[in-house]
Amino acid sequence: MNPPRLELHVPTPFARPGEKASFKHLEIAQAGIVRRPEIACAEAEMRDLPYALIRVLDDDGNAVGPWDPSLNADHLRRGLRAMMLTRAFDERLFQAHRQGKTSFYMKSTGEEAIGAAPSLALAQGDMCFPTYRVMSWLHARGYPLVSMVNQIFSNEKDPLKGRQMPILFSARDYGFYSLSGNVGSRFGHAVGWAMASAYKNDDKIALAYIGEGATAEGDFHEALTFASVYRAPCILCVTNNQWAISSFSGIAGAEMTTFAAKALAYGLPGLRVDGNDFLAVTAATQWAAERARTNRGATLIEFFTYRACGHSTSDDPTKYRPADEAEHWPLGDPIARLKQHLILIGEWSEDQDQALANELHETVRAAVKEAEAVGTHGKSKPNVREMFEGVFKDPDWRVTEQRRELEI
Amino acid sequence: MAMMNMIQALNNALDEKLAQDPDVLTFGEDVGYFGGVFRVTDKLQEKHGLTRCFDTPISEGGIIAAAIGMGAYGLRPVAEIQFADYILPAFDQLVSEAARLRYRSNGEFWSPITVRSPYGGGIFGGQTHSQSPEAIFAHITGLKTVIPSNPYDAKGLLIAAIEDDDPVIVLEPKRIYNGPFDGRHDQALKTWAGHPKAEVPAGLYRIPLGQAEIVRAGREVTVLAYGTMVHVALAGIEEAEVDAELIDLRSIVPLDVDTIVASVRKTGRCVILHEASRFGGFGGELSALVQERCFDHLKAPVDRVAGWDTPYPHAFEWDYFPGPARLVKALRRVMEY
Repeated sequence: MNPPRLELHVPTPFARPGEKASFKHLEIAQAGIVRRPEIACAEAEMRDLPYALIRVLDDDGNAVGPWDPSLNADHLRRGLRAMMLTRAFDERLFQAHRQGKTSFYMKSTGEEAIGAAPSLALAQGDMCFPTYRVMSWLHARGYPLVSMVNQIFSNEKDPLKGRQMPILFSARDYGFYSLSGNVGSRFGHAVGWAMASAYKNDDKIALAYIGEGATAEGDFHEALTFASVYRAPCILCVTNNQWAISSFSGIAGAEMTTFAAKALAYGLPGLRVDGNDFLAVTAATQWAAERARTNRGATLIEFFTYRACGHSTSDDPTKYRPADEAEHWPLGDPIARLKQHLILIGEWSEDQDQALANELHETVRAAVKEAEAVGTHGKSKPNVREMFEGVFKDPDWRVTEQRRELEI
Repeated sequence: MAMMNMIQALNNALDEKLAQDPDVLTFGEDVGYFGGVFRVTDKLQEKHGLTRCFDTPISEGGIIAAAIGMGAYGLRPVAEIQFADYILPAFDQLVSEAARLRYRSNGEFWSPITVRSPYGGGIFGGQTHSQSPEAIFAHITGLKTVIPSNPYDAKGLLIAAIEDDDPVIVLEPKRIYNGPFDGRHDQALKTWAGHPKAEVPAGLYRIPLGQAEIVRAGREVTVLAYGTMVHVALAGIEEAEVDAELIDLRSIVPLDVDTIVASVRKTGRCVILHEASRFGGFGGELSALVQERCFDHLKAPVDRVAGWDTPYPHAFEWDYFPGPARLVKALRRVMEY
């Protein structure tokens, strides 16, 4: 008998444009059934968790099971507001790109809980090492909307002085580290920052995000190695939104395992969490934060979610996935689910929701208008001298001479 | 005053900074208990404690990423990359992160890190223990690159690098760690003993980054060099019997262009010497600067002596390494032009 011929396997998603969208291959367990280990639990005792899916909100909006973080209604409403603000802001700024007011924009649609919940769960002084699509972290902490729009318009009042693309913020006072367009390259900074906090016997921890696609970068594995070796007080989060531009998560390895399970080889706890469930995201963050603050080291969390919009203003997702795929996502929408829960527990109403939506719409509109008065992309920009500032702490002769050459 | 070789001088700089500033710490592959493969961190763990001088995984990207994160927190980390040949896995961290953090965040975050790395040839290290990658760092806006040529400078430059608020790469010419080497490989090894630059004072002192040193004053030709090549240059100048002015750049970024220009305007000739391969090497930038700023004073074309444009070849170490004989030829070329 001849041995079989070798075959090269190239993963392909379940549906392409024109085909019927389906997530039937995903096993979505019911909410509330995953156990919540004690904070002191050894990693070896929880190696089942990376393959489970921690969910708190059930289909009816009840908070169920041991991971229910028992948040008070004010906290929940703050979360809802941050997520709704993020979405209202996204809609408005995406539209602004269509109108030529900015060079670029990225929405977080469907992923608003992943930035907002940790932002509200962690302390002032902790540091977030963001990816794009976690602007809800800033919205949850009240970052001034006008400054944000000024950055996106790259205008005269851009807080980053026109040196960085739209949405690649830096906001130290809001615990938001400088974001950049290289995916993954700040994951290890979070670990180093956390090591420094431990070195100084401080009480601050770091939280970093990386996309599931970027887990294939060496940075991810280097960061996990360092986090494990030095028990760095940090929370390392993989936002698995199923799509890295046009590549489905199978291209990043999702056919064979979960992203949370990457933790196993490093001896770190790995949690796989419903990323569209504000309560579950909060609970997992709190659990990992408590471990980090008590010298139990890092936790890897996979936030299982869905990128309900295109990658960016430069992307058209209907070219590579069914146009209606988002509607089939089995874990729903984070805003709708938290709203449902708040109404169910008698802490929110449709009227309040509508009023808040109107208020946020107005708030965003006013902020955009104020920024427009300063100027939109290409109509206004920071003083060109800013181009030469901040290269080094003190400029060297190259900067001085070249500025003179440009006659400024 | 103590006589030290370069290893001892670098060790002494680290020792004194660790003692003086609790925010300084150092780490790298084999750096901790063992004290580094070249012994630069010898006994620092024993003296200053486990968390201040420690071993890292074999992960250059991870080492620099951790250093950048520590710097953003407020520490002054000194990372060792065991050989400069192994720095490339960390290249993205240096280029895309350390070099740009201050600029892109409008000064909210910066990267006060020092990256030490033994570099250069002359030790039969083949392709993976001999390279001189300074030009690729010099090209990256936002990085500083420092290359000492003797024990006294090594201490003063390393202290200045650690205290600098921007990322500094300190390339340590490993061939001259234990003694000056003039490229005459068939002669007996020299140690630093008795060399005036091996007298290293105790206590913190700084050599400002961007300040070249005129090692030898002269009137006929300017020779630009750094690292091991400073010693090769001295030998070549002596052999050629020309009245050359030798400038040790000490740091290539920031570059002391004023000292270079003043010298070439005086001598009217310039020869550039470096170990790294010639095409796209830092000598190209130096040559362009001299041409742009000293054209009317030049009596001969700027000449470059450098490693050949091949990978660093193991068995051909001395055919590749730009020794004094090649400098002599270049000096004669510019003098006879």
